[in-house]
Amino acid sequence: MLGYASDLPLDRDASVRFLPWLVAFMVYLAALSATAALTMNKVVMRWDQGLAGRLTIQVPPPAPGQAGPTRQQRVDAVIDLLLHTEGVRDVRLLSDSDIADLLEPWLGDGILEQNLPLPALVAVVLDDEQGPTPALLAERLDAAVPGTVVDDHQRWLGDLFDLARTVETIASLVVVAVGLTAVVTVVFVTRTGLSVHRPVIDLLHLIGAQDSYIARQFEAHAMRLGLLGGIIGVLLAIASVALIGHLLTRSESGLLPDLSLAPLEWILLLLLPLGTAAIAMVTARLTVLLSLARLP
Amino acid sequence: MVRFEEVALRYGVGPDVLNGVSFHLEPGSFHFVTGPSGAGKSSLLRLMYLAHRPSEGRISLFGRGVESLSRRESALLRRRIGVVFQDFRLLPHLSALENVALPLRVAGQPDDKIVTHVSELLSWVGLAEHLDALPDTLSGGQQQRVAIARAVIGRPSLLIADEPTGNVDDRIAVRLLYLFEELNKLGTTVVIATHNEGLVTQFSHPVLKIHESEIEILPPQAIGLDARPKGSAA
Repeated sequence: MLGYASDLPLDRDASVRFLPWLVAFMVYLAALSATAALTMNKVVMRWDQGLAGRLTIQVPPPAPGQAGPTRQQRVDAVIDLLLHTEGVRDVRLLSDSDIADLLEPWLGDGILEQNLPLPALVAVVLDDEQGPTPALLAERLDAAVPGTVVDDHQRWLGDLFDLARTVETIASLVVVAVGLTAVVTVVFVTRTGLSVHRPVIDLLHLIGAQDSYIARQFEAHAMRLGLLGGIIGVLLAIASVALIGHLLTRSESGLLPDLSLAPLEWILLLLLPLGTAAIAMVTARLTVLLSLARLP
Repeated sequence: MVRFEEVALRYGVGPDVLNGVSFHLEPGSFHFVTGPSGAGKSSLLRLMYLAHRPSEGRISLFGRGVESLSRRESALLRRRIGVVFQDFRLLPHLSALENVALPLRVAGQPDDKIVTHVSELLSWVGLAEHLDALPDTLSGGQQQRVAIARAVIGRPSLLIADEPTGNVDDRIAVRLLYLFEELNKLGTTVVIATHNEGLVTQFSHPVLKIHESEIEILPPQAIGLDARPKGSAA
């Protein structure tokens, strides 16, 4: 009986075959871009929080042949000053073997045997509220032990923030570009459909169909294809994120981020198909209404 | 109901297909449109069912000038007009029932009512066994009956038919004309373009005769006489 959904045979168009895959590919790109941006942002935030209030103080050894305090005396003076500074919560002198481990990626094994003039490194933790500013501490240390360098990691973190912002910007641009491409694709497909089915549309007009009646058929068609494409794209994206996450976890590297998404982020990811369906639907509707309004 | 005032129609920069056409069809009237092939019968009907706008002159339907109609108003007006197209214009991917149901669907009627009404009408035109048949599987005459059923299913105020009996035998043609007369008795204004002189004679109704782009209204008794057009007639 009345088992049909559409007066227009849109389900027989070529768009049925290619549009869902095109949308799926675009959703996949958008989902991966957004995940990359989120992950980068989380990594930077984690490093920023991890390094908050932490300083590394370098105490260079005295220049060869220079009179004055020895390396150990300079280190003792620095530690003494730190221990007597209000707001300094923890002071830890890194052993020579710790320093050798840190430098090993650049200088190789056997650093200690080479008698290189390595600086002493002192790790300091400041109280969040009462601690002195890094600049004030650097001033005091330099006065007490000239040549001492205070590294509050801000320069390194600043570079990371710049990187994170760049990744976020690029990811946002990718998402916007993907969205625009999806809109343009749906416009093209809809206009093609209007052209192909013009005789049927003319007939529907002649028996009293309003433009909105015809638009509803196109928007339902576009919504179905957009939803299908969105679901395929999100499933592929989830599989990719899970695979990359698994590989990162297996690498057991402290530097590499993990790809765990928060519940809200998972919900947003799973809602993407609804978003693509809505975009496809609205785009198709507006395209049909604007195109038909231009007809005599 | 239908009023033409000095209407001319031309396609692009071509010659006038219709020129200086003026007439008025009263509500509830029944008219045949006759004339030789290419005289402009179909063009006249296309103006009546709002497929074209006139190049000159004024047309009013149901008391409304068509030149000032918005797209929405045109759509609502078209719902009061049933059209039987010469080439049927059935949608090949829809069944006979679905084709006939189109005007009711477009008007937003519920599916259960649609199925009941459409099934009854298709049975009346002898297609009860073909409700689910696609148009391509039907004969020309059966397709024509589907097209007629689609035109009348919405109980239109104005029924326009372009050669509605061209593909059916005389028995079915007469039966279809009786259907149109029944609708006419219920108040529907009927305009039928036909070549079938026998039907025009058998069913005594006035005739809009088109000749050389102009039109003349002949009373029923004039059929069979030498009724040469004498310019436009109102």
